[in-house]
Amino acid sequence: MQSALSIVDLKKTYKTGLQALKGVSLEIPAGDFFALLGPNGAGKTTLISITAGLTTKTSGTVSVFGHNIETEPEGAKAQIGLVGQEINFNPFEKPIDIVTNQGGYYGMSRSRALPRAEQLLSDLGLGDKMHGKAMELSGGMKRRLMIARALVHTPRFLILDEPTAGVDVELRRGMWDYLKKLTSEGLTILLTTHYLEEAEQLAKHVAIINKGEIVVNGTMQGILAQHGDGEGKDEYGAGQLERVFLKLTSHK
Amino acid sequence: MTAHQKWIAFYTMIRKDVIRMFRIWVQTFLPSVITSTLYFLVFGTVLGSRIGQMQGVDYMQFVVPGLVMLAIVTTSYANTSFMFFSSKFFARSIDELLVSPMPPWLLIAGFIGGGVVRGIVVGALVLTVSLFFTGLILTFHNALIVLGFGILTALIFSLAGLVNGVYAKSIDGINIVPTFVLTPLVYLGGIFYSIHTLPAWWQYITYANPLFYLINGFRYGFLGMSDISLWLSCAVLSAIAIVLIGINWYLIRTGLGLKQ
Repeated sequence: MQSALSIVDLKKTYKTGLQALKGVSLEIPAGDFFALLGPNGAGKTTLISITAGLTTKTSGTVSVFGHNIETEPEGAKAQIGLVGQEINFNPFEKPIDIVTNQGGYYGMSRSRALPRAEQLLSDLGLGDKMHGKAMELSGGMKRRLMIARALVHTPRFLILDEPTAGVDVELRRGMWDYLKKLTSEGLTILLTTHYLEEAEQLAKHVAIINKGEIVVNGTMQGILAQHGDGEGKDEYGAGQLERVFLKLTSHK
Repeated sequence: MTAHQKWIAFYTMIRKDVIRMFRIWVQTFLPSVITSTLYFLVFGTVLGSRIGQMQGVDYMQFVVPGLVMLAIVTTSYANTSFMFFSSKFFARSIDELLVSPMPPWLLIAGFIGGGVVRGIVVGALVLTVSLFFTGLILTFHNALIVLGFGILTALIFSLAGLVNGVYAKSIDGINIVPTFVLTPLVYLGGIFYSIHTLPAWWQYITYANPLFYLINGFRYGFLGMSDISLWLSCAVLSAIAIVLIGINWYLIRTGLGLKQ
């Protein structure tokens, strides 16, 4: 099966001397829903930023659907839709303009991008907000706007860096349903999240990264079978994946 | 990206910036028009009547090309430096462009395109205002040279503003260069005088000022007079534009000041 993302021995050392990634290798098959989990500062966002072209790598190779990000950046970037961790759009613009313009940056004509943007914003529950100012949206709406923006050019690989941070339970579940629908249509998704029940619900494959190294990588079932204890929720309400996560990242 | 897709991406960047600048025209166009009007009043009408003629033409007519160019310089520089800086620091919306498949040269073209448009629009507005101070007489020695030097001015200072925007680490960083570099260059470049009125040593220093070549080319287009050869002006300015394009390309391609 073709790889959506192929990472080999990826290293990143920041100017401060911080070694964020220490030789990470990762393979995400096309069509997969992949969760990348790890504590704060583990290297998740660095890995995502390098893949999307927002951060430079120190060494190693990264390919997106066979396009090397260094030698074929245009080909690689055209495959990716990124929903970053931070809100990163101009709050003075209208949601419809933010999404339509993003299509333009990928070479979509306005006559194609505009109806696509309207459709996406409506699908994500922002139909009545698309002509207001983006700054007037709530936190959850801003997250959904960023998802619409990431999808406008119909990417094959969607990267979601904590997309549900600060989103209430009902909206989060609505977003899960939307993401499930997308992956059922063949879109490959890489998700990072601190809500482990979210990963447990959605992901087929999981990797846990800690201090710049992948400590476990496999199918959700396989990891739970190999590292889990088979018990239900513990006294803190933590599920199986959460206990595996705590065990492997030594934070218990 | 195909050539057509690149054109759409470029057009999208320009369109977005042009809509923005016309929506907030009080901030983007009006200040230059007011400043120029004050210059025309003070330097042209009040002082100009005492100065009389400069190089054989009425002083007001002499300063018009320089003041139009001054407006183009300041607005095109401010447009790219502020646009880039604000998209980098406020809300980090520069990521929208960095994640897209647009190659570095296209990003540069998109940013400077907005600066050139704003510079030319402001230049046209200031030129219109100048008509009220020159008795509604608008004469061109060669309109194509005026247009060519107007675009070249806007291009060079949009490129310079982009370098500033990429490097700036705070809002002060985009104010320092205009205050301490651009303003002295503008005032010592010959907007208000011919360099033949200066002592020899000062004339030699003026040759190192890029604004001097722009002002003279521009003035030649309006009045048919210049302190130096038009071709020398073109050569110096083209070289400056090429160097600035190279610097911008290097900065954007390597992500200096943009990527960690």
